[in-house]
Amino acid sequence: MPLKGNTMLLSLRHVTKTYPRAETAVFRQVSLDLDAGEMLALTGESGSGKSTLLHLIGGLDTADSGSVAVAGIDLTPLDDAGRAALRRGTVGVIFQQFNLIPSLTVAANIAFQARLSGRHDPDRARMLAERLGLKDHLDKHPEQLSGGQQQRVAIARTLAAAPRLVLADEPTGNLDEATADTVFALMCELVSETGAGLVLVTHSQRLAARLGRRLHLGAGQLIEGLAV
Amino acid sequence: MNVKLALAVLLLLPLQAAAQGFAGLGTDAEGFTTPDPATVLEFPADHGAHPDYRIEWWYLTANMTGPDGTDYGLQWTLFRSALAPRDGYGWDTPQLWMGHAAITTPDAHFVAERLARGGIGQAGVTATPFAAWIDDWTMQGDDFDTLRLTASGPDFAYDVGLTVAGPLVLHGQNGYSVKSAAGQASHYYSQPSFKLTGTLTLPQGEVVVTGSAWLDREWSSQPLGADQTGWDWFSLSFDSGDKMMGFVLRGAKDYTSATWIGADGRTEALPDGAFTATPLLEHRVAGRTLPVEWRVQLPAKGVDVTVAALNRDAWMATSVPYWEGPVTVSGSHAGRGYLEMTGYDD
Amino acid sequence: MTGAVLSALLGHWRRNPLQLFTLLAGLALGTALWSGVQAINAEARASYDAAAATLGEGSYGQIVARDGGEIGQETYVALRRGGWLVSPVVEGRLGPVRIIGIEPLTAPRGVGPLGLGEQADLGAFLTGEGQIFGRADTLAQLAETGARLVDAPDVAPATAIMDIGLAQRLLGREGRIDRLILAPDQPLSRPALSTLAPDLVEAARQDGGDVARLTDSFHLNLTAFGLLSFVVGLFIVHGAIGLAFEQRRPMVRTLRALGVPLRRLIALMALELVGLGLVAGLAGVALGYAVAAALLPDVAATLRGLYGADVSGQLTLRPAWWLSGLAIAMGGTAVASAGALLSLARMPLLASAHPRAWAMARGGVRLAVLAVALLALAGGLALWGRGLLAGFAMLAALLVGGALVLPPLLGQALRVAEGRATGVLAQWFWADTRQQIPGLSLSLMALLLAMTANVGVSTMVSSFRLTFTGFLDQRLASELYVSASDAAQAADIVAVAGAGVKAILPILSVEAKAASQPVEVYGARDHATYRDNWQLLRSFPDVWDRLAQGEGVLVNEQLYRRGGVDLGALVAVSPRLTLPVLGIYGDYGNPLGQVIVNEAVFAGQFPDVVALRFGLRVDPSEVAALRKTLRDQAGVPESAMVDQAAIKALSLSVFERTFTVTTALNVLTLAVAGFAMLMSLLTLATMRLPQLAPVWALGLTRRKLALLDLVRAVVLAALTGALALPLGLALAWALLAVVNVEAFGWRLPMYLFPLDYLRLGGLALLAAALAALWPAWRLSQMPPVQLLGVFRNER
Repeated sequence: MPLKGNTMLLSLRHVTKTYPRAETAVFRQVSLDLDAGEMLALTGESGSGKSTLLHLIGGLDTADSGSVAVAGIDLTPLDDAGRAALRRGTVGVIFQQFNLIPSLTVAANIAFQARLSGRHDPDRARMLAERLGLKDHLDKHPEQLSGGQQQRVAIARTLAAAPRLVLADEPTGNLDEATADTVFALMCELVSETGAGLVLVTHSQRLAARLGRRLHLGAGQLIEGLAV
Repeated sequence: MNVKLALAVLLLLPLQAAAQGFAGLGTDAEGFTTPDPATVLEFPADHGAHPDYRIEWWYLTANMTGPDGTDYGLQWTLFRSALAPRDGYGWDTPQLWMGHAAITTPDAHFVAERLARGGIGQAGVTATPFAAWIDDWTMQGDDFDTLRLTASGPDFAYDVGLTVAGPLVLHGQNGYSVKSAAGQASHYYSQPSFKLTGTLTLPQGEVVVTGSAWLDREWSSQPLGADQTGWDWFSLSFDSGDKMMGFVLRGAKDYTSATWIGADGRTEALPDGAFTATPLLEHRVAGRTLPVEWRVQLPAKGVDVTVAALNRDAWMATSVPYWEGPVTVSGSHAGRGYLEMTGYDD
Repeated sequence: MTGAVLSALLGHWRRNPLQLFTLLAGLALGTALWSGVQAINAEARASYDAAAATLGEGSYGQIVARDGGEIGQETYVALRRGGWLVSPVVEGRLGPVRIIGIEPLTAPRGVGPLGLGEQADLGAFLTGEGQIFGRADTLAQLAETGARLVDAPDVAPATAIMDIGLAQRLLGREGRIDRLILAPDQPLSRPALSTLAPDLVEAARQDGGDVARLTDSFHLNLTAFGLLSFVVGLFIVHGAIGLAFEQRRPMVRTLRALGVPLRRLIALMALELVGLGLVAGLAGVALGYAVAAALLPDVAATLRGLYGADVSGQLTLRPAWWLSGLAIAMGGTAVASAGALLSLARMPLLASAHPRAWAMARGGVRLAVLAVALLALAGGLALWGRGLLAGFAMLAALLVGGALVLPPLLGQALRVAEGRATGVLAQWFWADTRQQIPGLSLSLMALLLAMTANVGVSTMVSSFRLTFTGFLDQRLASELYVSASDAAQAADIVAVAGAGVKAILPILSVEAKAASQPVEVYGARDHATYRDNWQLLRSFPDVWDRLAQGEGVLVNEQLYRRGGVDLGALVAVSPRLTLPVLGIYGDYGNPLGQVIVNEAVFAGQFPDVVALRFGLRVDPSEVAALRKTLRDQAGVPESAMVDQAAIKALSLSVFERTFTVTTALNVLTLAVAGFAMLMSLLTLATMRLPQLAPVWALGLTRRKLALLDLVRAVVLAALTGALALPLGLALAWALLAVVNVEAFGWRLPMYLFPLDYLRLGGLALLAAALAALWPAWRLSQMPPVQLLGVFRNER
């Protein structure tokens, strides 16, 4: 359902969200636009609501008020199944941890989302595995991999499904600095190759600084640029 | 309900009551007639039952010899026990009866027991003509002088005839026999001089026997002192023709009594302490230890003999068990007799 | 410190009430099933033990009036005085209560009120107003008689026992006796009964053996169930405790890090378990009581059918029973927790504190090896084992081995399915299902055992029914069976019946010894009845012709098995005659060996034995008339005539009752297994979130995930069922061909009942679906926040 006159990849309008059982809203009347190919870093203190904002965008959670539109689709009226379809086909989420399916092999994990969305391309999956250095680990199960390797699998899985919008929540938060830099660089490189948009949630100013656009979430409001 | 146990309590007061000093029975007669020294025994009436007394027995033991010279012993006993001092007809009667029969050989001892209620004809005693019976066991005759005695068990039977060869003997004071220093007493007389002929049926076959038998008659309502635990009773017939009866009532202080029966038929009652019995040899039977050889002394009559069991295992495994068996006598006098030992608990 | 640690340990339960409930309920249910079955068994046995003891039936011979009427008291005294050791009994009814008067002085040991030793007051029993012994509910039904009422739970139900004098008075039958109990040891010699009391006869030996033996089978059946229920319960308890310990690993680590000594911690946890075991045990015993109370009326009805005696439908709380129930609960807790405590003791201080959701998988290979070893042992015992003990050991090895082999087999099956799946969801489904097996294995094992028990026991009972009814048709071919009390009456029977029947088949029998076994030798007339109806298990050709010619014998299966006499083997019929075995026949319900020879051969060897029993062939419609004729003209008491239809009806009703009880236990066991599954699924639900959340995040709805969970439970149940079927059939085979042979000497052919198995499978799937329904529903309703919680950075 394309919105009239809106060609943005991502568009948030006056979004407010309150946690269940919380007194005050985590953020109020937040608005944000993102173009295809644009890479955005979202920073903020612990508990500032930046992950929640990411979840709203990914159709993992719903806003109290305001609208969220991804690739011209308004998420607000979508039901459970509609949001699930959005997660399958349009967006891809990379979490800090616990995002692999332990019962499946690395190869199956990489192919999983792509197959769910019906966009499985074995060549592309193979290419991603190779680029991410996973070629020798395809038959292993996630628990047999190191943290960095696991996160590469998660990145491969997300990108294999060729989403138009990649959402990453502290994707390198569990990794040591050297590994984090490598993985981060690879991710950015691959995302930009596909021409997808990227929203990165991080508390690391260092990583945020590497992206083209930066927003800071503080006191329930978005502020352009890095927090000082 | 352990009927046999309960019954034993009632029936075998004289045998075991003292061991536990059963509730009040040793001291209080509860409406039962108590023995009285003034009572004069009358026969044949007193051969019959005395339902107004609590307990009574017809107790016959015999020493016999087979054709090959083997010694045998025989016991036929009918106990009467009254739950209340009255007679009655039908099931309602409080009179209960118990029979014990045994044959003792030098290496075997056969025992049987019968129980019956009075009032229905299954067991009883009549004085004239004399009959004492329980089930198919009988001791009967036209009078008390000629009797036929029968009994049977699963593995033995006997059928013998008895003929009197001497007078009745009244123990104690004209048949009033004191049983403790405290004065407990019974009426007690014997016929110690039956001649016996008959047949024993044993698992090996029938044996024709001859011998002599001793019948004890006793009835009372309060036979033992509370502290008395049991007794050792001897009936001895010497080759000289003399006989003696003696018993030791074991208690806080032993009480002994004896009757001397001369070959001429004269009797003499001997007081407490005149008679002594000392265990010589103990034997283990049925889980208890009992003396099966004794030194028996009656200095007043020059008796100092050793009394030894013919079969040390003459154990009466009946409702209330006791030891009863034939003995041989040696020492100052030779002869044979019977020994009864009660109140030896395991 | 102890208080603080305890409050920390117990706090866990406060925060996880569901887990506490699982643990307690699992223990309680296991205990309940076990003690319930035990209670039924104990009560049933006690009931007819009491009945048998009261009546002196079974253990002692009886003397009754030839015409079945009463006996004068003087006759009793005459018998006693003749040397017959008999004891009088008078019986009658006062309203609903059966009055039994006994004579305690002459009654053989064990007859009369039991186990009242110290309470007995013989004087009070015999004289005065007397005493009446009975169960409290029975005594309450009696009118006031003045007699003292004595509560005696061991007395048979609806029965009051008192002195014969009091009974005669209450019944208005002074001087009358109904029957005499014959003491086992009689004096050396005594006159014949016919001399002393010509109107009395020794009651023909109770020939209800065929039917009475059914009781043993019935109890074997229940005992097998008891064993299985216990094993099912043990698996549940083990699962519940294992999970509880797994979940408390983090707390244990923290407590230890804070300086609580390991020994103290383990001691306190053991103490906690003892407390929980006690609570659950008490609840289980109460539940078991309820189960038994609910089922007992049917059991009682079964036994009433067998014995014709009143059997209590009411349960007595026997201390031995509830104590043993508690002991089972505590023992089960100990067995189930030993492993968990041990692994806790070995846990390094800094081991991963996360609950290891799949920790149950540990030792998987070892368990698989053990399972195979146990199954091999069961096979070995089946082939070479001897004796009842080996039979039961085989059952145990089969069941435990079967249970242990389930997880690896399921894993293998799911691996194959995963390999063949093409769709990505299907692939994930199978892989994820496989991953769940360790967590579910204990409840799946419980389900497996429950289904195995169902298949096994119902196959056994149904096979037994088919065989036995067929057997009755063969063996009870004659329409009416009559027992004579003596030769004179036998002649009367032949004379009276001769005119009206198609055939009179004399049944000659004598006790003997053959192949060093006590046997009964039967003489049979050559008649179409036998040729047409008897089916032999094995035989030579022309077996009936050769038997008629006196060329050989038939032996029953018991003799064939115990005496090792096969076809052609020589059997000594008497010291003078040895004949070969021509055929072997099935003889269910009979404890003894049997040899059948031709009537002429029998007469030649045992000329003194006359036939006292007869089978009468007659048109079924004339049976009633014939009974009446025999009663009126030959003085045959009703109790000495048994008609075929009555026996068959009795047997069938017994089986119907058995089925009712068996079915109820089946459903109950399945329900418990279902409950175990529900509890496992609920516990796993929380642990599984990390597995489910990514899949949800990648685009599956909660509904779909929930639906898949439901399907998963059903699939697992179906796979479990697929293993339960062969295992159950193996169990049935073991019961029929091993345990029965060892216990009773006959082997029952096994029949299959596919429809029953199908229905059972359906039930099991339903149970699994029901168990998965609630967890699935909860998943479908789970707020996204909870799923997102998995991804929170600040974990």
